[in-house]
Amino acid sequence: MTNVQKASLIGGGFFLCLVAPFLMPQFATQLTMLWLMVVFALTWDTLGGQMGYNSFGNILFFGIGAYACAVLQRDLGLDYFAGLAVGLLFAAVLSSLIAIVLGFGMLGLRGHYFAIGTLGLGIAAGEIAGGWDYVGAGSGMVPPLYPTDLAGRELFFYFLMFALALATFLVLRALYATKFGLALNAIRDDEDKAEAMGLQTTQIKSFAWAVSALFLGIGGGLAGNLLGFIDPRDVAFAGATFGVWMVLMAILGGKGTLWGPVIGAVVFHITQELFWTYLLGWQRVALGLLIVGIVVFFPNGILGTLRERRPEWFGEKVEERA
Amino acid sequence: MSVLLKVENATKTFGGVVANRNVSLEVNEGDIAGLIGPNGSGKTTLFNSIVGAHPIDSGSVQFEGQEISKLTVPVIARRGLVRTFQQTRIYAEMNCVENMRISAPDARSSVLSLLSGFSSQVDVRAEELLDFVGLASKRFLRAGSLSFGQQKLLEFAMALMSEPKLLLLDEPTAGVNPTLINGLIDRLVRANKELGVTLLVIEHNMRVIMNLAEHITCLAHGEVLAQGSPQEVRDNPIVVEAYLGASA
Repeated sequence: MTNVQKASLIGGGFFLCLVAPFLMPQFATQLTMLWLMVVFALTWDTLGGQMGYNSFGNILFFGIGAYACAVLQRDLGLDYFAGLAVGLLFAAVLSSLIAIVLGFGMLGLRGHYFAIGTLGLGIAAGEIAGGWDYVGAGSGMVPPLYPTDLAGRELFFYFLMFALALATFLVLRALYATKFGLALNAIRDDEDKAEAMGLQTTQIKSFAWAVSALFLGIGGGLAGNLLGFIDPRDVAFAGATFGVWMVLMAILGGKGTLWGPVIGAVVFHITQELFWTYLLGWQRVALGLLIVGIVVFFPNGILGTLRERRPEWFGEKVEERA
Repeated sequence: MSVLLKVENATKTFGGVVANRNVSLEVNEGDIAGLIGPNGSGKTTLFNSIVGAHPIDSGSVQFEGQEISKLTVPVIARRGLVRTFQQTRIYAEMNCVENMRISAPDARSSVLSLLSGFSSQVDVRAEELLDFVGLASKRFLRAGSLSFGQQKLLEFAMALMSEPKLLLLDEPTAGVNPTLINGLIDRLVRANKELGVTLLVIEHNMRVIMNLAEHITCLAHGEVLAQGSPQEVRDNPIVVEAYLGASA
């Protein structure tokens, strides 16, 4: 692809994303959810794909973000937009800090132990939130309502979520292109070797989790406001749905690649919505079969399979010196 | 010539098994030192102890005059004491250039200073070293797709990339074809002479180690059996007996 083709492809795609909610207003909320799914898959892949730490607890940061944002919006008494802005900022900071603190303990676990440990995190958080009156306990929280005299609620959240997904993508892309990105890959490929070469693995791992948590926290804050209701187990700490989907989407698209999670999220979300529309009653069964199919036939995902078949497209080639 | 590495009376046990008992050895700066011994004699255990992978039970390990036996692996590596692995370890999903880049000294700094691109100095150095080990044409291939011998060479190049003061090589020629071995020895000597890297080499190939090393330590059953020049060690009847199991 030439640079001109590339630029027009990216420009065209960007334009399409901008006009999509106007072209399909009835799908605006669905498209907003799509961008949330992209954020899910991208942030999961930072650890799961790039660093090789399969986390089943990333939903924790999403939930913390949702609650943190809603609590500030409730208690600060600011007007809606100021409250939302402060809430999102707080959600981001709190999620990252918790990731750093947890990271120093949890990221010492390796392989399956880390996966199981993080699984516990998400479940524990759901139980705690479900029993804590300050955040509404089992009956959940209702974030402040979008001002009723203002139109465009759906568009507002669409563009915020799109901006978040875009920011996540661009920041991660920039990060993966640095020495930090290589360090993540090194930890994935052989952590003992990375340590033997003197890499500061503990710091690197915690930082990666914090970056992931930052965007998940904002995503949680936004999602809480978008959905209008934060249930402790079905929305905020929804390990069985969002928590598993983020893993699947990243795997479907191709773990450890930049575009894989994006592609995976789009394919997965659309498939899932089609199941709901055309297979109502059987949608869970179909989704389950899809999940099994993904793991069995595409363990390397769409981009991973492509890379296996066409390594030269990914820059793997023998280069003879002139 | 100063002493770079000094191991004194190092003892390491795993349960009831004594892997190293009162092992002492010294490596002088600029030297190529050899470590030999039959299988299971505790050579790799000693390496692991030196680099901090499993700390010794008693004794001392000093690097540049400072005690390092209580430090962790990454800390010791950052001081300039780097090892390669017997079972070659490279970053399999990354290409050779990336393997080299992440082995450069600036990759060991704190996480915030990792958030920058790659210096052209590092890239030039990576190219030179890949050239040095003969992997230049393979530099954009996944390291995991290289042959075992090539992976060994890559691991060696990565170790050099990290600019160590002392490099511990665990069987650098095991599994490498005889033609390549000559090239590898040549490169080890050049790394020592031109780059000033002190080497401590575990080796089973007697032809290699006798030509390469200036001082050799022979271990058997976790204890030092003999120490000296290659000639002295080779002619020592106890060493011959340990290897051949025959009473001379």
